[in-house]
Amino acid sequence: MTQTHAQSAAPVAAPVQMVNLNVKILRFNPETDKKAHWDTYQVQAQPSDRVVDVLNDIKWYKEPSLTFRRSCQHGICGSDAMLINGRNRLACKTLVRDVAKDGGTITVEPIRGLKVERDLLVDMEPFFDSYKAIMPYFINESPAPAGERYQSELDAERMEHSSNCILCACCTTSCPIFWVNGAYLGPAAIVQAHRFIFDSRDEATHQRLNIMNQNTGVWRCRTAYNCTEACPRDIPITTLIEEVKRAIMFQQS
Amino acid sequence: MHHRYDVLVVGAGGAGLMAALYAAKGNVSVACISKLYPTRSHTGAAQGGIGAALGNVAEDHWEWHMFDTVKGGDYLTDQDAAEVFAKDIIDAVYELEHMGLPFSRTPEGKIAQRKFGGHTRDFGKAAVERSCYAKDRTGHMILQTLYQQNVKSGTTFYNEYHVTDLLIENGRCRGVVAYDLASGELHTFHAKAVILAAGGYGKVFKITSNALTLTGDLMSIYYRKGLPLEDMEFYQFHPTGLAKLGILVTEGIRGEGGILRNSNGERFMERYAPTIKDLAPRDIVSRSIVTEIREGRGVGLDKDAVHIDLTHLPREVIEGKLAEITDLARTYLGQDPVKDLVAIQPTAHYAMGGIPTDLNGLCLSDGMGGSVEGLYAAGEQACVSLHGANRLGTNSLGDLIVFGRRAGTYAAQYARQVEYAELPENPERESQEMFEALRRSKGSDNAATIRKELQESMMNNVGIFRNGPDMERQVGIIQELKARYKNVGVSDPSRRYNSELIEAMELGFMLDCAEAMTSSALNRTESRGAHDREDFRERDDANWLKHTMAYKDLNNDGNVVIGYKDVALKGFTRAFEPKPRVY
Repeated sequence: MTQTHAQSAAPVAAPVQMVNLNVKILRFNPETDKKAHWDTYQVQAQPSDRVVDVLNDIKWYKEPSLTFRRSCQHGICGSDAMLINGRNRLACKTLVRDVAKDGGTITVEPIRGLKVERDLLVDMEPFFDSYKAIMPYFINESPAPAGERYQSELDAERMEHSSNCILCACCTTSCPIFWVNGAYLGPAAIVQAHRFIFDSRDEATHQRLNIMNQNTGVWRCRTAYNCTEACPRDIPITTLIEEVKRAIMFQQS
Repeated sequence: MHHRYDVLVVGAGGAGLMAALYAAKGNVSVACISKLYPTRSHTGAAQGGIGAALGNVAEDHWEWHMFDTVKGGDYLTDQDAAEVFAKDIIDAVYELEHMGLPFSRTPEGKIAQRKFGGHTRDFGKAAVERSCYAKDRTGHMILQTLYQQNVKSGTTFYNEYHVTDLLIENGRCRGVVAYDLASGELHTFHAKAVILAAGGYGKVFKITSNALTLTGDLMSIYYRKGLPLEDMEFYQFHPTGLAKLGILVTEGIRGEGGILRNSNGERFMERYAPTIKDLAPRDIVSRSIVTEIREGRGVGLDKDAVHIDLTHLPREVIEGKLAEITDLARTYLGQDPVKDLVAIQPTAHYAMGGIPTDLNGLCLSDGMGGSVEGLYAAGEQACVSLHGANRLGTNSLGDLIVFGRRAGTYAAQYARQVEYAELPENPERESQEMFEALRRSKGSDNAATIRKELQESMMNNVGIFRNGPDMERQVGIIQELKARYKNVGVSDPSRRYNSELIEAMELGFMLDCAEAMTSSALNRTESRGAHDREDFRERDDANWLKHTMAYKDLNNDGNVVIGYKDVALKGFTRAFEPKPRVY
């Protein structure tokens, strides 16, 4: 028996409940547009669909010029950060039922504070420049042992939250300080610094704390909590920033 | 625009980043081209771990790992590759730790290890803890760590550049052509050596764990040159994808004690693999699940899934060591592994086949020892024949590290010894023609519609169970889709970030991969590993203990021609005789 036969022999599924949606997208193509404008698309979707499924559907079957980034579609690559109903989220981790009811509207805009290149796609270079500025790599110049460097479970646990970051930029581009002052390294870069500052094996703690202590660093943070609310991976970013502030004050890690 | 680097790496996942690091150690100039930002590569989606016989939790030896790899591959694994791998991976995992990778730890502070499918002690006696892990985001941590190390060493990256052609003349690779997504311009990269590490092509299937970008571009470009793709019929379905979505649920879920159950609540793997039950290799578990579903014991609305049961495990294990998948199940299915059974079904996951290479990553041009000078490949894109007919869980991350490292080392060594070979007269011509044809076509057929038909038909006809008539039909379907592809319309004339144009191009690459896969599968009249034929139930060592090499016949309408390559049945110091594969 082939798979096709097996499928046709299966009991008939209950009809899938579909909802009607208006998807309002902020569009901008610098080759043809002077400024951004809203376009609205009527679509049908299942409540359990991801917003990225809805956007794909529009791109593939209604408006092929719609441009946005996406890849893994399950919240690990961090490509599809966008403003959905006014909040920074990953389109692939946001379900339709959580942002709209039947007949409702979903609004989609690019994340803020980075230059819009086209539609929902922004220039990520400044974001990655901030990332690179904090020395985002392990430094230990002592001779390595033949096996692993031992680390206690407790010390390994110190990196649980910060190492969970996927560099999607939801936090940094939801931060009001970053909108006003692009020189601020921003929450994502501080989370990355935290990742190494609190790694018991790393030897460059003081250098990184000095970077964090500069006027583009951690003291710009006004504890607005937007970053923590925006993080699609539930990283307690504001808490991590506070830990870095305390480490600078006490020069300890 | 023209660029020049001694070594050029295509792809910035685990294999590409490791290759770039090692090439740079060889004192040559290195650049890395990726169609994504490097941190978005699909290596980040790997969850469960990287297998290495460290013996941190239980006694283990590289010989046992080698044996498991060979047996897991249903004896189509090249044993020299398996031996190099099982030895090298031990030191490579320590190297990752020295790069700062935040592994989970044992109580004594060593790298933690857990059980995984097909990994055993004493040559198959019982399951062993061999998978080194960082919670259930091991791939994410490997990708981040390797990217960090490349930032440290100053690798030049060309992000969001899409490779459209390999420049090969007179048997030597001279560079690549790439399309800059931001400007819509073609760039020629002149290089002494090129390393291909651009991942798999899981998007030819409807239900897949693979990212949207995994469209087999470089495999297709290689194949379009009349060069062979090896063992394309061996495609792995991961037993546990989230129902309907195909999102990966790590095998670590079973390594930590998760149990598969059918609609009667029965632990059905006891019937299929009595020794290691739920920890049998992926091909066996995937077939067992589909068999349960076919026999009417599936769950869910369409009865096309089974359950994974974690409810007997402590909450700390589920929310700690399996936090990532717990979040996925809660987000996408509204099922909480702490108290609910989670619905899963097999999902297209990993290409065992690809661009053939030798142990140093050098690309092979035939099955008789020919190669393409200056061209290397590693990772899922490549086929060094480590995985044979079925890859063991954790061996993909290991493959990236071990063979990425070797490709980087040997490419740099080669680049130090040679001068730049001359570029062809108009290197960008073929890429230009390809784009012009796509832009010019005003056909009414839509790339998305063709892609969907390809994905659905591949799922039905070249999936977990296969047979001659279905695959013959699929060969015809692909021919028809290729004909329609010639008339696919691209309506967006923009130069900047024209993703409609790129997706149309990717569809062309996917059609080639699907063609090579289907023809290779139709040709192999036996069942072995992941290639399971209902019309040829048995493994046939007398006739089929050999690798498939699929070529596009450039002189004959692009028809597929099948050749073969011998299997290395011995390692350097160990050899394992083919035996019936029971667990």
